[in-house]
Formats: sequence, C-alpha cells, structure tokens
Amino acid sequence: MEDVLAGKVIAVNGPIVRAQGLGGIKMFDIAEVGADRLIGEVIRLAGEIAIIQVYEDNTGLKPGDEVISYGRPLSVLLGPGLIANIYDGIQRPLVGISEACGSYIRKGIKLSPLDTQKKWDFRPLVKAGGVAGEGTLLGEVRESPLVMHRVLVPPGVSGKLTKLAPAGAYTIEEEIFTVEAETGTYAGRLAAYWPVRRPRPNRNRKKPVVPLITGQRIIDTFFPIARGGTAAIPGGFGTGKTMTQHALAKWCNADIIVYIGCGERGNEMTDVLTDFPKLIDERNGRPLIERTVMIANTSNMPVPAREVSIYTGVTIAEYYRDMGYSVAVMADSTSRWAEALRELASRLGDMPAEEGFPPYLATRLAEFYERAGLVETLSGSDGDITIIGAVSPPGGDFSEPVTQHTSRFVRCFWALDKTLADARHYPSISWIESYTEYLADIEDWWKTLDARWFDIRNEAMNILLEDHRLEQVVKLVGSDALPPAQQYILLCAETIKNAFLQQNSFDPEDKFCSPEKQIRILSGLLLLYRRGLDLVQKGVGVKQIAALDAVSGLVRLKSEIPNRDLSGIDAHLQRLEEALAALAAAPTGG
Amino acid sequence: MTAEIEYTNLSGISGPLIFVDGVAGVGYGDIVEIRDKTDRLRIGQTLEIDQEKAVVQVFEGTSGLSVTDTRVTFVGRALEIPVDRDMLGRVFDGLGRPIDGAPQVVTDRVMNVNGLPINPWSREYPRDFIQTGISAIDGMNTLIRGQKLPIFSGSGMPHNRIAAQIARQARILTAEEEFTVIFAAMGVKFDVARFFIDSLEESGVLTHSAIFLSLADSPSIERLVTPRTALTLAEYLAFEEGMHVLVILTDMTNYCEALRELSSSRGEIPSRKGYPGYLYSDLASVYERAGRLKGGRGSITQVPILTMPSDDISHPVPDLTGYITEGQIVLERALFNKGIYPPIAGLPSLSRLMKDGIGEGRTRRDHGQVAAQLFASYAKVKRIRALAAIVGEEELSELDKIYLKFGTAFEEIFLRQDYEENRSIEQTLDIGWRMLSLLPKDELYRIGREEIQRYYMPEAENT
Ligand SMILES: Nc1ncnc2c1ncn2[C@@H]1O[C@H](COP(=O)(O)OP(=O)(O)O)[C@@H](O)[C@H]1O
Ligand SMILES: [Mg+2]
Repeated sequence: MEDVLAGKVIAVNGPIVRAQGLGGIKMFDIAEVGADRLIGEVIRLAGEIAIIQVYEDNTGLKPGDEVISYGRPLSVLLGPGLIANIYDGIQRPLVGISEACGSYIRKGIKLSPLDTQKKWDFRPLVKAGGVAGEGTLLGEVRESPLVMHRVLVPPGVSGKLTKLAPAGAYTIEEEIFTVEAETGTYAGRLAAYWPVRRPRPNRNRKKPVVPLITGQRIIDTFFPIARGGTAAIPGGFGTGKTMTQHALAKWCNADIIVYIGCGERGNEMTDVLTDFPKLIDERNGRPLIERTVMIANTSNMPVPAREVSIYTGVTIAEYYRDMGYSVAVMADSTSRWAEALRELASRLGDMPAEEGFPPYLATRLAEFYERAGLVETLSGSDGDITIIGAVSPPGGDFSEPVTQHTSRFVRCFWALDKTLADARHYPSISWIESYTEYLADIEDWWKTLDARWFDIRNEAMNILLEDHRLEQVVKLVGSDALPPAQQYILLCAETIKNAFLQQNSFDPEDKFCSPEKQIRILSGLLLLYRRGLDLVQKGVGVKQIAALDAVSGLVRLKSEIPNRDLSGIDAHLQRLEEALAALAAAPTGG
Repeated sequence: MTAEIEYTNLSGISGPLIFVDGVAGVGYGDIVEIRDKTDRLRIGQTLEIDQEKAVVQVFEGTSGLSVTDTRVTFVGRALEIPVDRDMLGRVFDGLGRPIDGAPQVVTDRVMNVNGLPINPWSREYPRDFIQTGISAIDGMNTLIRGQKLPIFSGSGMPHNRIAAQIARQARILTAEEEFTVIFAAMGVKFDVARFFIDSLEESGVLTHSAIFLSLADSPSIERLVTPRTALTLAEYLAFEEGMHVLVILTDMTNYCEALRELSSSRGEIPSRKGYPGYLYSDLASVYERAGRLKGGRGSITQVPILTMPSDDISHPVPDLTGYITEGQIVLERALFNKGIYPPIAGLPSLSRLMKDGIGEGRTRRDHGQVAAQLFASYAKVKRIRALAAIVGEEELSELDKIYLKFGTAFEEIFLRQDYEENRSIEQTLDIGWRMLSLLPKDELYRIGREEIQRYYMPEAENT
C-alpha cells in the first residue's frame, strides 16, 4: 500500500494553487488536484502550505477541493515505445489523447506514456547468477528498425542478478529481471520511471572530438558543433530558427533525435509529424521517424507544462545516451521556456531581476545545457547528447537576458541575421556574429577526411571578413571606386555567399550537403579566388572574370551535383581552370 | 450547491476589477453576474480566488458600480455563447449578444469561449492555396487555407481595404466550397466597422457573415472576449459544419492594450512597455485557434490586423504576433507615401506556409523560385538605393542602374494594383517574370536553368 497524503486547496491564481494539509510532502512531488485529479507538481513549500503548479487547464478549481499526493516526484516513463511517439510537456501521449477525446486536449486525461499491451521481443545477453551493477547490459529489444533498445540495470541498483527472463515477448509491465541488493530486491521491467529534474548519472565526462555532421554547409564548415556540444540559435521571428532546427533534426548524423516544440506553433509540430515518416535517411534507407521522439507543448497548451517539457525531453535523451547512443536534442524555443518560468515566478510573487525574469534564470539555463556532453556511461560505453536551443529575443535584440545568459553556457552561437532573412538568404546564419569554440577539438576529424580542410575553411573565412570590411567602404563610395583587387574580393565573397553559404532546405539535392561535397565546392571557390586574383593583378578585368559561364555556373553546383557522385564538380572546376587560363592567354579578349 | 449565493457587498473596485469578500464555493475562471442599483446586468470572470476573497474582471467595465448596492452571483461555469448557423448574417456585441435588433438565436448548442487547445497530432498541415488576386500576396507571401497571416500596419494606412479586398476576392482554385467571413472589431471606430459591413454587402457575402463589434465606445475589457467569441463561432462552423471560415480581427493592438490595462489593475509585474509577461501566451491562445483538423472538412483562416505604434515592428504587439502567426504582411510607409496601393513591404513580409502550398500541381512549378528571386533582387535594389543616396545615381555601375530600373518597375507594376483588380496567379507570375527579365540572366541565381529557358523574356518581348 502506498501512503496517500490528502489536503485541500486554499487559493487559486491561474495555474498556481496553494494547498494545506499535505504534511510530509516533498519538493517536486506530484500532486493530483481537484475532482478532475489534474496533475501538478510541488514547486515550493512554505510552512504548512504547499505551492503547486498545475500542468493542465484548472478553470473551475475551488478552495476546498481535494489535493492528494503519493509522495512521488514528477517523472517520465522510460522504456521501448518512446521512438516515433509524440508527447506533451509532461509526457502524456498525444496520439492516445486524440483517440480518447478527439481533436482537442481535454483536462484530467491520464494515459500511460508507453503502450502497456504491446509485446516486445526481448533477447537476454547475459545469464542470471552473476553480479549486476549500475548500467550492466542485460539484454536488448528491437525498438525500431533503427534503434536497438538496450536493457540496462538502472542507476542506483546493484547486487546479484538472481533472475533474468528467457528470450520471448514481454510487455513493459512484466518482470524481466531481479537484482538482489543489500538494500532489498529490485524487480526490473522493460520500462522504469526517472524524475525529470534529476540528471541521470554517468561515470565521467569526456572531451568531444567528433563533429556532429549536419549537412548544412555554414554549420559544418564554418561553425561546426561537436557531438556532445551545445549550441544556441538566436534570431527574431522569421529568421529561420525553426527551419534550421528541422533541417538538423532531419539530416544530422545523431542516432536519436529528441525534438522539443516548446511553446511554439502547433502546425510546426504537425509538419514534423507529416514529414518525418515520409523522409528517408539516405544513410540507412529508413524513414527519419524511426529515430525520433517528439515533445510538443505548443504555445496554446498549458504554460507550466511548457516549463517541464525541456526536462522531459532531455531526460529521454539521457536514457538513450546511457545505451551508448549519440543523441541530439532540439529545443524550439528556450525563450518560451524562460517566459514560462517568468510567468510562474511572477504568480509566486518572486522579486524579478532583469526584464521580469526571476534571478534564477541563469542557473536554470546552465543546468539545462549542462545535461549535454560526451560521457562514459555507467555501462562503460560512450554516449553523448548535443543540445541545440533556439532563442527568440524580443524585437530581435540579442542584448536581452535569455540570449545573454544562454551565450554564457553554450559553445556554439549561430546568430541569425534579419537582413539576410529579408533577402531570403537562408540559412540566415551570420558569418560575422556567429562563433564556435569546437574548431580545435574537431580539427583532426576533418583532417582525416581532407588534409586541406582547416586551411580552406580559414582562407574562405578571411575572404568573407575582408568583404565585410570592404562593404563598409562600398556603402560610402560604391564598388567602382575600389581598386580592382578589392573589387575582385567582393566578387569572390559574393560567389561564396551564393554558391556555398546559401542553402535551400526545399531543394531535393541542396537540403543536405555531404562533408566531401562541402570541401569540393569550397576548394573550387578558392581556386577561383587564387587564380582570378592573379589574373586581376596582371590586368584582366574583374567583369571579364565575372562574365565567364564557368563562374556563374558555380552557384548551381550545390543543387545540380548529387552527393553520391561528385565527379560533376571536378568537371566543372576543370572548365573553370581552362576558362581562366584562356583569359590569361588573351587578357584583352572576351 | 453553494454557487448560486448572491453577495451584496464588494470589498473594492480597481480598474476593471472588483473584489468580493467572504465567498465560498467559487471556482477559478467562473462566470460572474454583477447587477448594480439600476439592475443593469454585467458579466465578469473570476481571476483569482482564495478562502475569503475573489478577484473578478468585469467585461463591461466597472464604471457606475459602487462598493455597496452591487449584487454579485457566481454562476459556476466558464463564459459560454450559443453557436448556430443562423448566426450568419447577424451582428453581435463582444460577448455574443445580438445588437441588430433581431432576437437571440435559438439553439441548444453552447460553447465555452475559451475553447480548448487543438492537439498538434490532430491537425492537418495546411496546404491549399488561396488566390487573393493581390500579386504581392499571391506571388510572394501566399495565403494558405487554415493559415494565420496578420497585416502589420500603421495608422492611416489602407489595412482595412486590403483585408476587405482579400475577403472579397479570396478563392480556392480547385473546388467550390462553403465560404464564410467572421469579422470581429475591437476598439475601432464605427466607420471601420461600417466600411467592412458595406464591403461585405457589396460583394454579396454579408448574408453569410457574422459580425462581432466591441467598438471604441465599449468598455475596453470587453475587447478581451471579442476575438474569442468570434473564434468560438468560427470553430463551430469550421469543425462541426465543415465550412471554410475567414476570420478578420481588427485591431489586435487595441486588444493588447486592454490586456495591459487589466494586468496593471492587478498590480502585476510588467515586462516590455508595460505589457504583461504572459502577452505571448495570451495572444497564442487566440492565434492558435486557426487551422485544419485531420479528417475534418472545414478550416479557419485568420487575418488579424494590427497597427504598429510609430510604425515600429519591434514593438511588443507586432513582435509577439510575428512569433506566433505563420508570417506577416507588413505595410510600408514609404510605399504608401509614393501612392502605391497595396503598400505591401517587399522584404519583411513573409508567409511561412507558402512553401508547401505552391509549385507544380498547386500554383505553378516556377512559383517558389520566382518569389525567392524577386525577394533577393529587391533586397539588392534596397542596398543600391542606399548607396545612390550617398554617391549619386550617376556614379553607380551599369548593373546597379539596371537594378534601380527593376526596383521601380517592381513597385509600380508588380506591387501596384487596383482595389478592384483581381489578378490570377498566372498573371501574377507572368508579371513577375517581366520584372525579372529586366535583369541580366546571370543575376537570376535563385532560378533553375530550365525555368529561365522557359520563362525569361528577351528584351524585345518585354515592354
Ligand atoms: N534553410 C531555409 N531554406 C529555405 N527557406 C527557409 C530556410 N530557413 C528559413 N526559411 C524560410 O523562412 C521562413 C521562416 O523560418 P522559420 O524557421 O520558421 O523562422 P523562425 O523560427 O526563426 O521564426 C520559413 O517559413 C521559410 O520560408
Ligand atoms: Mg520558429
């Protein structure tokens, strides 16, 4: 028998409810509130009074209504069946909710996050009788064609493995193993609960050295992120945060994607839901949905559940990391999470710090991003979590608190630029304001692919920086007033922007660009730069070079040459070299 | 049930709020009936409740209420309105009560005005192209059935005409289906409402439109319910009756100001410009009530109108709106001053749902590329104009001069059109190509070779 605490509501202010009589209740315990038994969580204790934030619409709730608690913390259920599923912020299954009550989300619905009827084929990998420690691999279940679900002894449990079920089909509720520990007997099942606000433990943290390949040129080549790293995508509305998150969720080479729609549009989640089952990952020929878990707590869903959604997401990510996978978490948008925090803080009467945000905003952000990383798991394998958070600064102004604090805790900053977005230059990641701190860490990985990589990248970056400097002059005097060599830099930078940086997510070839293709195209652009500059210095006109078909054709390589066969790029560069050579031979011609 | 007890004394009044002491059995969000000395009935809603006291917002405002002689009854449920097809052709106040002299609509069907959040899993992704006949919208910022696409305007600019032109010309190319307009006015003058009613009448859709008015002379707090009342009827018509509903909400800035007023009477900590920190979530609870449902026939398309204070797009109202809606049609003062109608800004306007609603089989294969190229080239025009302002036009390069010609043509021929002019998407795209053909082929780097081959016009043909 579980102990039940029972108390009464004494005050209601929006989703914040005060209750009395729950002696012995702990911080972050779940409370069920009112006749509908709405899910809430204790977020503060003040003497006799428990302050509860309610995760569902609580209109109609009255002083005097009953509140009960089993004294358990707010948790997620982790087990096979998470993949391809979509949940609200507190892990209620949206598909189940729609089957139970139609197109709208009604309150008071309680459904298991995982299918309790479904039988999974379990295959044991060890024998009973041995020692089982935290993270010991016991067996596996094929969760999706892409994901082998590893059944591990959970953190905090170790002792003698006295029972392990034979190969066969089991539901998540059937007992699969027993560990006899000093503290008692632990009965293990395919699924187990874990409190969302508590990071899952690991053996130790390691330095990330492998880049997360995203197929997005400006990211992979110029501002790469490591597997296990952190990145922020700040930008005003319409600058491309969501599209970038979607592109990464689709094409990055993580094993598992956890996509968190946090306080954003309903249709954007619908877009993921309709696209991912149809989109095929070229690397394995399987639909993307088979490696994706979705959390959708859209802007019109209860605000407190939005606050939890990112923890729900990252806990699920840790669960797969612990199996040795590489997991990428997209959170769109962390600003809406911060606003939820602000709204709740203000209802609690907390003293605000900057712009109404509570003083603990920075700590909470730091704690969240700290859950990213490459670790040695309790099983002894490597697993990692990369966290990529969108930030939505009011008025697109990066000096506001969420952007500022986030930039202290992430090591990659992909700043979106309104002017680029207005010109429909996507992704509108600014090559001037963005930065990454992972370059040195992942340099070796790229160099094994192509020894020239680092030099090519830096040379191209220098052209862009020089262009940026020259643009300030051009704004005042026009480009014709510059000496030819500088005009030529403008031409090359323009070509790099259009042929390389700009990438169309809707183009079937261009949406994903392999690292090899990135290097080839960029080295072609540098060929243009070096050879051409030489010609310009010898008196060939910049316009003559610009007029070459082989030069204007560079812009189309990204969409015309497929990733699987790059020979077209080499052929084009051959033509470019010939055309430039012809200009050198007859400088006044053309 | 204790809910029907009448309380006779208020413990205080502040702005649109009243405070009632000694209450019992009252729920958060409950509807409240308030009667003053003269027995005039007002409706309110409980915002906050504890063991002794309830905080109630009064939708009709508190003017004329006194602490004594006011009777308050807690009704024990949320605000509901009757919904029925017969509401089409009628005019209501912000709370859904008829104000056209005809009797209350008779129906058993009532719905909570706050609605319920749509389950993202139950949504159908909107993809059907709506032809508005306006080139700047159809060609570059395509409206999709089920989209929420606001107009960001400034005082004195023709947002109402554009919205009325959309309501009149909007058409789905593939099928004829039941189409209706719901118009909700918050805090605007009577002339604005009159203009819409007249233009709906002229285009013959008034008889199947519903109008909700909470005009400038009504208490500001009523504006907070008005869009919700309108959207509740819209949801009924769209998702239960299978109709395609276009909802025009004007002016959302007035709505937000009413919310600010309420928040400050409650003594809440303000965030930017005095607006409450929850303005985003509150607006989302209005704007997200648009879309389509899986397996359903109908749709709700929202065109909210808002005026940007001092034409400032970073003001919290347009800013937070843009973060929620699926794009925005921005009106530009400079174009307006040049006498161009519709003065739809070339660059900051955006339709996020355009990408999946256009192209082969929907509009035309070249549509996406033409739009992308027009945006990119016009962005260049803006840069060159800035330069020309400094160095003088004569100093510009030949290519830059060509761009300036393109820019003028784009504004005068592509953007500019008549209030009565209804262009087909073919016409819009063809005009787009005429504009692009003013530029050298090599400049069209957002367009594929095949499309250039097919649509680019040599100089001789392009006059
Ligand atoms: N990589 C891209 N390729 C093509 N179009 C893009 C790209 N990124 C953004 N867009 C365009 O910009 C619009 C807004 O992007 P979105 O990611 O929704 O912005 P945000 O989330 O920052 O508000 C999209 O609807 C799309 O039309
Ligand atoms: Mg977004």
